[in-house]
Amino acid sequence: MTFIAKPKVAHPSLPRNALGSTRRDYEGALSTLCAGCGHDSITAAIVEASWALAIEPQNMVKLSGIGCSSKTTAYFVSGGHGFNSVHGRMPSIAMGANAANRALTYIGVSGDGDTLSIGLGQFCHAIRRNLNMLYIIENNGVYGLTKGQFSASADLGTKAKKGETNFQPPIDPVLLAMTLGASFVARSFSGDKEQLVPLIQAGLKHQGFALIDVLSPCVTFNDHEGSTKSYAYTREHYEPAVHADFVPLQPEITVDYRAGETLPVVLHDGSRILLRKLDAAYDPTNRTSAATHIQERMKLGEHLTGLLYIDESQRDFHDINATPDAPLNSLPFETLSPGSKVLEKALAAYR
Amino acid sequence: MSVAATQQYDDNPRRASILTLLMEPTDTSHPDYYHRVVDCQWACPAHTDVPEYIRLIAQGRFTDAYMVNRESNVFPGILGRVCDRPCEPACRRGRIEQKPVAICRLKRVAADHRDDVTKLLPKIPKLKNGKRIACIGAGCASLTVANDLMPLGYEVTIFEQYGEPGGLMRTNIPSFRLPQTVLSEEIGMITGMGVDLRLNSPIKSMRELLDKGGFDAVFVGSGAPKGKELKLPGREAAAANVHIGIDWLESVAFGHVEKIGKRVLIIGVGNTAMDCCRTSLRLGADSVKVMARKPRGFFKASVWELEDAEEESVAIIINRSPKAFVLASGKLTGMLFDQMEYDLDARGQITAERIVGEEFLPADDVILAIGQENAFPWVERNLGISFDKWDVPVIDKITFQSTRPEVFFGGDAAFGPKNIIWAVEHGHQAAISIHRYAQGEAVAERLAPTVNLQSRKMGMHEWSYSNDYTPVERRLMPHVSIKERFKKLNIEVELGFTAEQVEQEVQRCLNCDVQTVFVAKLCIECDACIDICPVDCLTITHNGTENELRPRLKAPAKNLAQPLYVSAGLPQTGRVMVKDEDLCVHCGLCAERCPTAAWDMQKSTLHWPLATAEAASLEARKPKIA
Repeated sequence: MTFIAKPKVAHPSLPRNALGSTRRDYEGALSTLCAGCGHDSITAAIVEASWALAIEPQNMVKLSGIGCSSKTTAYFVSGGHGFNSVHGRMPSIAMGANAANRALTYIGVSGDGDTLSIGLGQFCHAIRRNLNMLYIIENNGVYGLTKGQFSASADLGTKAKKGETNFQPPIDPVLLAMTLGASFVARSFSGDKEQLVPLIQAGLKHQGFALIDVLSPCVTFNDHEGSTKSYAYTREHYEPAVHADFVPLQPEITVDYRAGETLPVVLHDGSRILLRKLDAAYDPTNRTSAATHIQERMKLGEHLTGLLYIDESQRDFHDINATPDAPLNSLPFETLSPGSKVLEKALAAYR
Repeated sequence: MSVAATQQYDDNPRRASILTLLMEPTDTSHPDYYHRVVDCQWACPAHTDVPEYIRLIAQGRFTDAYMVNRESNVFPGILGRVCDRPCEPACRRGRIEQKPVAICRLKRVAADHRDDVTKLLPKIPKLKNGKRIACIGAGCASLTVANDLMPLGYEVTIFEQYGEPGGLMRTNIPSFRLPQTVLSEEIGMITGMGVDLRLNSPIKSMRELLDKGGFDAVFVGSGAPKGKELKLPGREAAAANVHIGIDWLESVAFGHVEKIGKRVLIIGVGNTAMDCCRTSLRLGADSVKVMARKPRGFFKASVWELEDAEEESVAIIINRSPKAFVLASGKLTGMLFDQMEYDLDARGQITAERIVGEEFLPADDVILAIGQENAFPWVERNLGISFDKWDVPVIDKITFQSTRPEVFFGGDAAFGPKNIIWAVEHGHQAAISIHRYAQGEAVAERLAPTVNLQSRKMGMHEWSYSNDYTPVERRLMPHVSIKERFKKLNIEVELGFTAEQVEQEVQRCLNCDVQTVFVAKLCIECDACIDICPVDCLTITHNGTENELRPRLKAPAKNLAQPLYVSAGLPQTGRVMVKDEDLCVHCGLCAERCPTAAWDMQKSTLHWPLATAEAASLEARKPKIA
């Protein structure tokens, strides 16, 4: 926690994006998380990615539930819309907002408690619906806000700060999402922005539900010896399997990539993700083999990271439900509320 | 970082060559490293502890601020008005928002508002050490030598050709820039130490002084008193109305000249030219033109002196090369100039010049301000004091000793015209040499500078310095109105900062001496410092060569004059922490955000040895009888 705010002074040669804004324009309020919290690094990665995509701040919607993680939406893009929901209910709010206005960019930030305990049901159904949003889990394996009890993502055998061992198996959000049919599944680490920033960019541009499970060490309650989610342990046990570079839509594709090394995935708006396999045996487009691979490595105590699964062809929520192309607030009143005669007609069809 | 990511780097074909040239961890124990981060102190020839005195001013401790200054630059009241301020162009604030901190004028604040400092001045021992030192010329260099040697028990005699001490500070700096009272008071602090000041005593022969003076050492601080001549047709015939700038200013200072013609041409655009044109306006001239041979970028005068002259409606005319003095019936009527044209390359250097025309400008008087040099007609050439092919004495750049061991030179007399603050530092260094010489020690073996570090952490979120960045612009010095200032020659134009201005200006200082000190083995690479740094000066990355590292930092480090700090390998990944010192605002947020205290804010104190420290160290090494 810092009592002087980050001064407004900036590097004079700070680059500007297409909107003429600097990275500093995408910052938010002063973070009140512990010094060294992984969540603050994720915040910085979101700032960087939003700036690089030149998202207009007023077109961004930041949603969260309850927990340390859920505070972070206050710390980036202060010009965006924010909604801090009831514990574990962020997906419902995201669902409603997204249904009403599909033109905005949705980013939900949650934690392992908010997502995998109280909010597990909501999380699953958002994935099933392929809701068009980026869902980031700031995963540290403990309930930091209530002094460090094991969360549902705590690994078997990990030790708490005072020495107790965890004997309950963890819920892995990546495997869960893959079995639920998620169309974009990634895992990353707060301490590796080179990997995380392009993943956030890709996730924001993906049409459908994009999950990024970010290992984000809790510097206060879970950064000790014996913890499987400390900075040191994570660095030793995380394995980038697929690196994703994000290439924004440009008139001419100038990126040079050799076949076999990189696999381009074209997103709906024409921008591309270039996948570079770091593990030759891994196929991020095959759900079954990818899931098996992740599980096998997990048995060895390793976390595979990167863009672990992507399927850009899946239909998203709006497509499945045939919602109007335009945000509801742009439709004329008569279209939104066609009157009692139309209602009667509709009801008659069911009689 | 993971194994795979490292391998990706290993595959780089350039890896082999990079490996052999990786940057070494920065040696911050070298006294130059943290000294250099304090740009102002590094640029100051006398290494004045600028951030420290600015903090003292901020606390209203003007006397203490004055004494911090006096320790290194001896004449804070004088320098607070007329210093050439090499510190200001160096100031980090100037790189962040164009205008540097008004360091020089804050020095004046300390001098103007201090209490009596008599009791704080060095104590002069009653019992002398038996060594007699002669200083030639009572300018800033000699006065500094006296200031440093008197407290050590030396008997110092200063020989001055004029009836008043001060040298160039009195004769060449007009009183509307430097009031005589300020000058006299600060000189008085030194002469009051018991210096044997002999006024109206020009040294006519060095041989006589060395043979008959009975001095153990002689310090030559006679300045650069010879103004350069401009030999052009008509120069001799027009002599009555053509003046050498520094001689003319001296005549004005001593009241020998009180008037000048209505139309005056000044030849040259150095700081002396600025003093000449502004003095002319106060002696009755109503049209003053400063004639420059080259375009603006080539002017020698300081920007602020140009601004002050132009505020007084002095015209600066460029690209005019003097050709001839024009006379009618034996009297000067003006000057003829060649109109010049220059070709500049991309870097602004002149590649070609040509004459494109001719112009006559009428004038009643012409003042030549085209440079000055040191001259020693009174030093016989067979005394063992060598002079080089330009007839300049051969002086050691560190010890200021001449080729005759007991003779030392300093100030403009040593290496030609510089400025007051350089002369003061020459005096300090010469005093060390004279002391070592007089004590029979090798002159070249001197104490090295050292740096001490002390943490500024007071507790959770508390630092014992003002670490928040204050976004205020440089305060403008208030001036006496144009109408009022010309009424008398000695009306000081600058009024000094108001209390409100001081309060704001002091907050502009970035406290560069409160250093970011990093301990690599404590770092857990959480990125907290990198994310919070407002000016993006930190990066954790794999090591590389400096050329390859600079462009790939979070903000590319383009200012090659500013060093990179590179840590030892970090414990978890072996990467390095790199800090570009260029734009760090010393806000301390890296240390504030660091969960393991790998970063700390520590105040660096530079100990730049002066004669007292040298004496104490020699004393400590003497065998003791217990």
